[in-house]
Amino acid sequence: MVPVAITACSLVTALGGGTAANWAALARGQCGLRPCDLAGVGLATWIGRVAGLEQVRLPAELLDFDCRNNRLALLGLDTDELAQRVAAARSRYGADRIGVFLGTSTSGMSAAEQAYAARDPVNDRLPEDFRYATTQNLDSLTAFCRRFLGLRGPSFTLSTACSSSAKVFAAAARMLALGLCDAALVGGVDSLCLTTLYGFASLELLAPGPCAPWDAHRQGISISEAAGFALLEREGAEFALLGYGESADAHHMSTPHPEGTGAALAMRRALARAGLDAGAIDYVNLHGTGTRLNDCSEDRAMLQVFSRPVAASSTKGWTGHTLGACGAVEALVTLLALRRSWLPPCRFVTGPDPALATPVLTAGRTQRVSYAMSNSFGFGGNNCSLIFGRTP
Amino acid sequence: MISHLLHLESVGFLADGLADWAAAATVLRGSADYHPQPLVVPPLARLPAAERRRITPCIALALAAVEQALGERAQVADLQYVFASSYGDMAIADALCRALALPDRPVSPTRFHNSVHNAPAGYWSLAAQTRAPATSICLEGGSLAAGLLEAVVQAVAEGVPVLLVAYEYPAPAPLNRVVPLIGPCAVALVLAPAGNGPCLRVGGFEAARVSRLDNPLLEALRTGNDAAQVLPLLKRVACAQPGPVWLPYLDDRALRIEMVAGDGG
Repeated sequence: MVPVAITACSLVTALGGGTAANWAALARGQCGLRPCDLAGVGLATWIGRVAGLEQVRLPAELLDFDCRNNRLALLGLDTDELAQRVAAARSRYGADRIGVFLGTSTSGMSAAEQAYAARDPVNDRLPEDFRYATTQNLDSLTAFCRRFLGLRGPSFTLSTACSSSAKVFAAAARMLALGLCDAALVGGVDSLCLTTLYGFASLELLAPGPCAPWDAHRQGISISEAAGFALLEREGAEFALLGYGESADAHHMSTPHPEGTGAALAMRRALARAGLDAGAIDYVNLHGTGTRLNDCSEDRAMLQVFSRPVAASSTKGWTGHTLGACGAVEALVTLLALRRSWLPPCRFVTGPDPALATPVLTAGRTQRVSYAMSNSFGFGGNNCSLIFGRTP
Repeated sequence: MISHLLHLESVGFLADGLADWAAAATVLRGSADYHPQPLVVPPLARLPAAERRRITPCIALALAAVEQALGERAQVADLQYVFASSYGDMAIADALCRALALPDRPVSPTRFHNSVHNAPAGYWSLAAQTRAPATSICLEGGSLAAGLLEAVVQAVAEGVPVLLVAYEYPAPAPLNRVVPLIGPCAVALVLAPAGNGPCLRVGGFEAARVSRLDNPLLEALRTGNDAAQVLPLLKRVACAQPGPVWLPYLDDRALRIEMVAGDGG
């Protein structure tokens, strides 16, 4: 495929606001997770929380969009000068020529949870001030960003669980290739809500402590929140998206394929589109959620694709699992690894699981990276792998 | 906007009083009156029984349109899939929010995994045993046009046939007061870069008035369910009448789609 330049990006996670703060936190081995202290939640688990979200105020003309998820989106747009970079692109290309493709799994679901808790006990009605379209609806995130940035190009919200904001890179690359837009804002925003906390609890997938992907005694995931954005253009940056691969597992709704067949297919398709052999990849940012089955499945997939070990790590032990945002967050971590020539390690509690054959980084490593891959696999067996590298 | 022509290989359609594409085409041609009797979604032939028990009416509606459009098509592995819905599975959202409002928050694990927007796509991959890429999108008020555009983009960019399915299923109370849909509707279109069937071409985004239907009952369906926004396009197909239609897209703009004369390709 024709490479797509990454001309700007921003990142807000439980580790901090901005790509520099996130990178510094990864470099000093800071864990962004803490015991769950979300008001009214009595689950024995750890979460990643973005600081200061409660104090964020949306612009007066966009107050209808006010919910935790859109506040987090605003933080992301206001970080790393992203909004200014998008405004500059808008004056170059025109508002109609910039697409907006964002991923989320729950959008403003927390607003719906609050509205249901405040139902009229007599007639069961939701409160009059509940704004469905601008909060709960999946597209509320993307509509908010379109309005805030004044963008009018092709747009939609993509929601395929934990692969959502990886797949937006593929969607935007196709739109750019066909000339439907000259630039595209992509990214993902997901925020803490009861639905995901109690939903993953019902599946018994929440770790009681901070998650530790690839650890011998890993016990599940740590739910977290984040916003990650990237501006894509045809040229004008040192680093580019070189390939994407999408696939389905066709196995189970919430359990990955035991042999990682679908995941391996996504990686192979990404390699084929980038015109690369697996041996060319210097670093893989694993999906690595920290559940026993997910890590086993991805390990099997890695073995099928990479005949020789490749430097790999999951960064979810530091950021937590940001669900619909993790594709974008980890794409940006992968880009930072390329830019800074440093590979982040996994965070371990007891040490790597000997049952997993893919060796992962136990300490950060300084290494020049030419090509790097980021994996994202979601519920419904929905997989996406992205490959980044220097712009040819 | 996209100069390529795409062949509309097949259509699936379900709504109240319109059990399949043949019934819808007859009504759209004006050869039969429209009586919106409540829709009974047929059982899904391809889904394993265990999975069939787990799906919701909204998922069943989407998959019924997919099965109808694919019919006896032997090859389903060469297709990519675009699932588009403005409101998703509101019964699941309602059930989850009700459970979360209770003191002990008894969330059902099956409901939780069914709550992802890509649940119909996931079940379809199980039903068809296909590992083909599938995406699930939402553009509130314009998911049909956004889905159609994405399907065309995938078909042209990757040179493969793409199945678009757009679906909307009414919400239970109290959500039905904030999202009032007239009834269920799902449409599936198989768009192929080469082959048979009438040709479609995607034009640009225009600040044009969206296309409407003369029949007041069909027009009520079109305005009452985002998936039924496809009806003006399907009317051209049913009547073999080339020309453009304008489908609601973003803000004040419509997506122009043109049906091109003949079977050519």
